[in-house]
Amino acid sequence: MAPSTSSGVTLNINGEKYTLSVDHRTTLLDALRERLDLTGTKKGCDQGQCGACTVLLDGRRVVSCLQFAVAAEGREITTIEGVADGDRLHPVQQAFLDLDGYQCGYCTPGQICSAVAMLQEHAAGWPSAVTEDVRPEAGPPPLTTDEIRERMSGNLCRCAAYVSIVDAVAKAATPLEGEAVA
Amino acid sequence: MREFDYQRVTDVSGALALLGDDPDARFLGGGTNLVDLMKTGVERPARLVDIRRLPLDRIEAGEDGGLRIGATVTNSDLAAHPEVRRRYPALAQAVLAGASGQLRNMATVGGNLLQRTRCGYFGDVSRPCNKRVPGSGCPAIEGEHHNHAILGASGHCVAVHPSDMGVALAAFDAVVSYETADGPGELPLSEFYLPVGDTPHLETALPSGALITGVTLPPAPVAAHSRYRKVRERASYAFAIGSVAAAVDVRDGAVHDVRLAFGAVASRPWRARTAERTLIGAQAGAEAFAAAADAELTAAEPLPHNAYKVTLMRNLMVAVLTELTEEAAR
Ligand SMILES: Cc1cc2nc3c(=O)[nH]c(=O)nc-3n(C[C@H](O)[C@H](O)[C@H](O)COP(=O)(O)OP(=O)(O)OC[C@H]3O[C@@H](n4cnc5c(N)ncnc54)[C@H](O)[C@@H]3O)c2cc1C
Ligand code: SF4
Ligand code: FES
Ligand code: FES
Repeated sequence: MAPSTSSGVTLNINGEKYTLSVDHRTTLLDALRERLDLTGTKKGCDQGQCGACTVLLDGRRVVSCLQFAVAAEGREITTIEGVADGDRLHPVQQAFLDLDGYQCGYCTPGQICSAVAMLQEHAAGWPSAVTEDVRPEAGPPPLTTDEIRERMSGNLCRCAAYVSIVDAVAKAATPLEGEAVA
Repeated sequence: MREFDYQRVTDVSGALALLGDDPDARFLGGGTNLVDLMKTGVERPARLVDIRRLPLDRIEAGEDGGLRIGATVTNSDLAAHPEVRRRYPALAQAVLAGASGQLRNMATVGGNLLQRTRCGYFGDVSRPCNKRVPGSGCPAIEGEHHNHAILGASGHCVAVHPSDMGVALAAFDAVVSYETADGPGELPLSEFYLPVGDTPHLETALPSGALITGVTLPPAPVAAHSRYRKVRERASYAFAIGSVAAAVDVRDGAVHDVRLAFGAVASRPWRARTAERTLIGAQAGAEAFAAAADAELTAAEPLPHNAYKVTLMRNLMVAVLTELTEEAAR
């Protein structure tokens, strides 16, 4: 088999299939933005440090700037364009709108995708670095402000809209708490 | 970035065959370190063998109280696993103290052990660095080294290993399993990372072309009462400037069993065996803890801008052991 440096791939994004040829060096972030016109996902640092490029891969939040597009084949990708249910905004989106969880808005798609998955992680009982007692006997930690801050620390906001971001995530969490998680 | 061939594998023998003995080929785990280094030109592989879909993503909880963790288990799944949290809480805490939720969902156990140093000169291809270009020099010794090693370094490299997870694994005597084309092998974590000496570019004792398949933790009842504490320059989402994984079992006021490992002080997770030996049988308390920390840290050789780490590690170790013993006494 001769080595090749590009491949034809089919990416499953927001429930639709996109077939394209990618240079293996193309990150998922660049494929979304430059090739598929899905520009909701933002590029901040391009080094995994800011979270602006957060998308969901098989339901889990990841940074798309450190993910090669070719390696995402066969996985379910959800971007900010796909978190709403048709015309009905996701509760996290609605809470960001209601509580002004942004200033310039550049980090917002990443914040929202991150929060959507974070709430599921929390509902599944995952502890965090600020959880007092990580033993399963201690039960799931309540989603305090400290827990939200720690769990969302992978998403930087250059405008420092953190106070309202935390409020929005806390508001969105309320109806979700206790709901079963995929 | 150099162009590269990409292959995805679903079984171990296929992974080994595709990597072969090609020095320009790399396994791709979560990619959170490798892709970053490819972007900066530190790594220039001509082929990536994607191992994320290998059947090595399971955690098996042994009846004996130990754990067997597959190499492609994500950091998130490791930290969330009930038996990890029950049997080795410090391991769950160490993993949760590293990186971010997004990165932990991508990062794998094997990749975490093999992540490279965050020394700024190593990451900057315009600068000399013995680790990246053997023999080119170590600008950190005279330059920026406030987060560099105080233990086990050499005049050739003073970089630290950045893993949090590895510190807890070191404390609990983890053993790394691997496969090569010639068959399987095992390395205790204590022998996994090579001494720095004059070969800082040779980091591990893994045979070339080896695939890490998993990590085994032997049963350690003492670990059920353990803690990881990390000090960093901001409250979250930063590498350690010092960290401690500790477990202690105090009976009738005396230290019956203890495990201690330090992070961000050496080229590898630093098992503090001198401190452990000093403590066994001692009356548990601040005095003994401080004496044990001092015994461990007499070997420290700080540089002009990182001497603070000696005090930091001493205080951190005393604080964590004090907390653990006070809680156990309650
Ligand atoms: C912004 C940022 C912040 C971070 N903060 C922290 C932190 O605070 N604490 C911390 O500990 N870490 C931190 N990390 C590092 C992160 O934990 C590592 O990048 C991650 O664990 C590496 O795992 P991976 O699967 O992504 O490895 P990859 O990047 O896929 O691989 C790393 C290396 O290991 C090799 N490899 C991977 N798997 C195997 C295998 N099974 N067998 C043989 N070779 C293999 C690869 O070829 C490569 O050379 C941070 C990373 C980033 C980007
Ligand atoms: S400390 Fe090590 S990694 Fe850093 S510049 Fe020196 S040789 Fe390179
Ligand atoms: S652009 Fe991906 S984390 Fe910053
Ligand atoms: S709202 Fe401007 S970067 Fe967050």
